[in-house]
Amino acid sequence: MTSAFAQPTLRLTESQYATIVGSCYDGLPDEACGLLVGPLGGNGEPTGAVSEARPCRNADASAVTYTIDPRDMLGAMRAAEARGDEIVGVWHSHTHTEAYPSPTDVRQAVDPAWLYVIVSLRDQMPVLRSYRIRGGEIAEVGIELDRAPRTGIPTG
Amino acid sequence: MAVEIKLPTLLRVQADGQATVAVEGATVGEVFNTLVERYPGLRGNLLDDSGSLHKFVNVYKDDDDIRYLDGLDTKLADGDVLSILPAVAGGV
Repeated sequence: MTSAFAQPTLRLTESQYATIVGSCYDGLPDEACGLLVGPLGGNGEPTGAVSEARPCRNADASAVTYTIDPRDMLGAMRAAEARGDEIVGVWHSHTHTEAYPSPTDVRQAVDPAWLYVIVSLRDQMPVLRSYRIRGGEIAEVGIELDRAPRTGIPTG
Repeated sequence: MAVEIKLPTLLRVQADGQATVAVEGATVGEVFNTLVERYPGLRGNLLDDSGSLHKFVNVYKDDDDIRYLDGLDTKLADGDVLSILPAVAGGV
């Protein structure tokens, strides 16, 4: 059963997806993290659109925990303000577990309006999933990838 | 000293929806006391039971983390901007 707050759909460009997943690989062996900047809708909630995916330093420098470096949080808040946007979410990697919020993730989910993106590097291929976390409850949201047009010449 | 306090989205509902609040005070502590008197809903978010800065909040005076200055005793000048940042963390 889909939860009532399983929205909005997270919309990423291919470039943003590459930034997010790439930052997670770059962070190995530690967890990587970053912030999503985007617009709020008339209801004060994220629309799901992302204007910028900003990799941040993991101040914990740990393979099992992350803390967004406050200096990068400050930079993201200023960048959001300059665009007329807000911080609308956070991503982090799970280096050896599934792309699902851990009890720690749920307990420390700071803003119920945010989208929480988790990238699992456990398997051969990365898995990126997105969630809302509110009052200890988890709801997975959909993800749409905005693919750039392909302009190659078809073969055959 | 007249300073500006920038609030994260999470706390704005406690400050009548404002993203920026103008407050007077000579130190960060004084400014925070004035802020929570005006908006009591912010007290539990900014300060712990002993009146110290809550560990889940980071405060920057312009580009400097006040924990590396004088904490709540950090002196302020006209035009300083205090940014209140939520601590964002998690793990497996």
